[in-house]
Amino acid sequence: MRTTPKSSLFEAGQPNVDEKSECMADVTFTVDGKKLTAPAGTLLIEACRKAGIEIPAFCYYPGLSLQAACRMCVVRQEKVPKLQTACTTPVAEGQVFITESAEIAQARKATLQLLLGNHPLDCPVCDAGGECELQDMTFKYGAGESLYVEAKQHREEQKWSPVVYFDRPRCILCYRCVRMCGEGMDVWALGIQNRGVTAVIAPNGGDHLDCEQCGMCIDVCPVGALTSGTYRYKSRPWEMNHVSTVCTHCADGCKVTLGVRSANDGMEIVRADNRDKSGINGDFLCAKGRFGFDFVESAERLTQPLVRNAAGVLEPTTWEKAIKHVGQRFGAILHEHGAGSIGVIGSTRTTNEENYLLQKFARTVLRTQHIDHERTGDYATFHGLLAGSKERAASHRDIAAAPAILLLGGNPTEEHPLLAWSLRTNVRLHQARLYVANSKAIRLERQAAHSLHFSEDGYDALVRRLSGDGAALADVTGAGAFCDALGAEESLVVVCGAEFRGASLAALMRWGLSRPGVKFALLSDSVNARGAADMGLYPDLLPGYLPLAGEQPLHDALAGMPTTSGKDATAMLEAAAGGGLQGLLVVGADPFAAHGVTEGALKNAFVVVQDCFLTRTAAEADVVLPTASLYEKTGTVTNCYGDVQMVRKAADKAGVKSDFEILVRMAGAMGVDVRTLVPFGEFQGVRADMGQTRGAQAGEADRHAVWLAANGLEPKLSPFDPFAILDEMERLVQGYALDRLNLFAGNESSTEPGTGFVSIDALLQRKDGVVATHPGLFDSGLLSERTGALQAIGKYQAAQAAQAAD
Amino acid sequence: MSAEAMTLFSPELAARLDALVERYPARRSALIPMLLYAQDEVGYLSDAVIDEVARRIGITPLDVRNVATYYSMLRFQPAGKFNVQVCTNISCMLRGGYKIFDRFQERLGIGHKGVTADGLFSLEEVECIGACCWAPAIQVNYDFHDELTEEQVDAILAQYRSQNAGGR
Repeated sequence: MRTTPKSSLFEAGQPNVDEKSECMADVTFTVDGKKLTAPAGTLLIEACRKAGIEIPAFCYYPGLSLQAACRMCVVRQEKVPKLQTACTTPVAEGQVFITESAEIAQARKATLQLLLGNHPLDCPVCDAGGECELQDMTFKYGAGESLYVEAKQHREEQKWSPVVYFDRPRCILCYRCVRMCGEGMDVWALGIQNRGVTAVIAPNGGDHLDCEQCGMCIDVCPVGALTSGTYRYKSRPWEMNHVSTVCTHCADGCKVTLGVRSANDGMEIVRADNRDKSGINGDFLCAKGRFGFDFVESAERLTQPLVRNAAGVLEPTTWEKAIKHVGQRFGAILHEHGAGSIGVIGSTRTTNEENYLLQKFARTVLRTQHIDHERTGDYATFHGLLAGSKERAASHRDIAAAPAILLLGGNPTEEHPLLAWSLRTNVRLHQARLYVANSKAIRLERQAAHSLHFSEDGYDALVRRLSGDGAALADVTGAGAFCDALGAEESLVVVCGAEFRGASLAALMRWGLSRPGVKFALLSDSVNARGAADMGLYPDLLPGYLPLAGEQPLHDALAGMPTTSGKDATAMLEAAAGGGLQGLLVVGADPFAAHGVTEGALKNAFVVVQDCFLTRTAAEADVVLPTASLYEKTGTVTNCYGDVQMVRKAADKAGVKSDFEILVRMAGAMGVDVRTLVPFGEFQGVRADMGQTRGAQAGEADRHAVWLAANGLEPKLSPFDPFAILDEMERLVQGYALDRLNLFAGNESSTEPGTGFVSIDALLQRKDGVVATHPGLFDSGLLSERTGALQAIGKYQAAQAAQAAD
Repeated sequence: MSAEAMTLFSPELAARLDALVERYPARRSALIPMLLYAQDEVGYLSDAVIDEVARRIGITPLDVRNVATYYSMLRFQPAGKFNVQVCTNISCMLRGGYKIFDRFQERLGIGHKGVTADGLFSLEEVECIGACCWAPAIQVNYDFHDELTEEQVDAILAQYRSQNAGGR
């Protein structure tokens, strides 16, 4: 197990602005009479923040270039005649500063008077009201009166895109949006035009934005000048509860804070951002993370179980009847046809706990070895090669801090926006060297120190060239220089796309493993694609990539399971159509669409589907059970870099149940003692200090609860408690001995592949079954298709592209 | 930019701009002189001019606008053939700059930033043009007229009208 460094708890997500300062000597200086120490060259504003001294600033933003435009951070420096801006003052030995005094307060107040000169003061209706930096500063320094009597210039609000709105009079010209769009996103869609009192933020399309619609400009805006199309005029910040969870769209697994509010049928999501800038993504969210949540409110959402009636029509029914029906039918199939008569296809969008439970349910209750999921990355081979080696799997933070990164295949800007952000940030702030080799032209080449283009079959040749075959890629110009430069890197993270699988992935990793200091990451396509693989949704691999036969504790937990390899998804569908399988349980997947199953082909099999929407598969099922989305449940997910993060229930929808609860209820309906499935209530009685969590001792009880949770000792009192399964996963799944304190505090906990895998030769002989789905910047398949905001952005972008093509 | 590429500009100007972008360590350093020369030839900075200058330097049109809009001597609308710029900064103001400006407004029938219907004259009130010693002063295109009185306004206008009639 690799633990996250302790400091990350407190500095999570904050990029080290000045890497060079790390190797510079510490200096001592005085701020407000306190002696502080920081590396020479650290900006005063940062040094003060670390010491708990808050210096106000509008234009300063960690990680972006310095602007010194707002003059709010002025401080008095001894022996310097004028007030100095703390955001541009590097600390040096012996300096003496004063950060709060009557003089400084007056200077800041005067700045505020200027900023408020044209400000509409429409705080009562402004989206930012309540969490506005200008409001806070005005409150603090009290610029209640003004020397400026000129009429305020008013301009109408402008719609720049379906999701970005601009309210000119509220803007304080801090340039944060301009720098974020350019330096942070490498999109450069915002600029400043005119000057002085007429200066204005301008979008690149004249009156509209032609960009990636990431909404980062909205996020960094300290006031309400840039507002979000999905949130504006919908709520006030204090009306929402804020729940920090993980985005449900791509495999990067960004932390996202959902602002939720009570609604008629549960809790509705009104906003998504990364409010506390913690987690692996820090400041970052893309369009899908920020605007892609209204699928939970989609009119197409299933909220009642459906059972096919005698007339052959899916008819709404109660949960009790539906579960009982499923239990009876699965029981009857098992009774009649025995083990291996039911196939199970799992999801890459459900939690690790649900996936672990699903395979345990399949193997021990349905007694089947036919288990699979929609594979978008060959993690079996990946783990097979890493077996027994330490420090070879790259977490997202490893990539974000690596001195050199080799990006092979993939297209992070479109498919893994956080990876693209982290690579750009690493290159910009830490001078990392990025090597890009791709058969297509990709945007990240702009940040690359070296890039190489070749045909689609060039990936294997590149690996041969790296492995010493000088004849490989001989016809590609620059290949030699590229490989030589790579060879000189002492420490390298290799990130590869779905182009690498099976033998080609093995060849690449063998090359890397033959050198010291090389780590690997393998990209995949949906939020828990890695978790589904890690949790053993394979016909031939158990959780943690263990072989079916063996004597690990995991095998004991799955006692009674069939130990011969089962059918993969394709074979299962064929068998179900041909009478070889009598039942099929599909959880959060649409194999009929993915595998092009013809209508009615599976009418002789009993098909049960758990999903949020009536997918093609669900439309042909015998029973459809409406499930909670990832935003409506609790558990953990694993991103494609192996970082495990907590998912917390944010929204709530009447009528749906989590996949976890459904599986437990199904097992119950089949007459199974659910204690064998979910180890809850194992501590012989209740040990929680129940009742003390309210009242005068509440704080103590809370601290007690935190300690219990951190040590995995909190009582699991319900069979529907996913943390009961998390306990079991931690105990039995290789690589999942997690750092619980970090996990529960909202940070990621990295996994490290274990040992005792299926032999790599055996793995390479099987079909990898990987089908990359290549999601786009606004596309994540099922969910994005039912997200109004993402559909609107998609249409807008298509219209922009069509216009540009004219 | 290759010689055969599409350009809005005369071959002389195109060659001059080609040389300019290569002159500085950073190509975008040539931006302001390029805009000024392009404006002298085309009359104003049209969208097409902005796009071509951006392309020649390798920056976005938005970058060009960010810079161009800062400078009041760069314009985005056509001016008259003769652009009359009247200084009303302090020296000129004290010596009657506003009277000169008022007289031009009256005679031309246009105000600040106006263009006459025949497109011959445009009028601008400008900041210091560096002729304080000879205030009040005006600048018509690149020509200076200084130590003016209101009475001379008609003669100046007549001079340019005849220059126009003479085909120059």
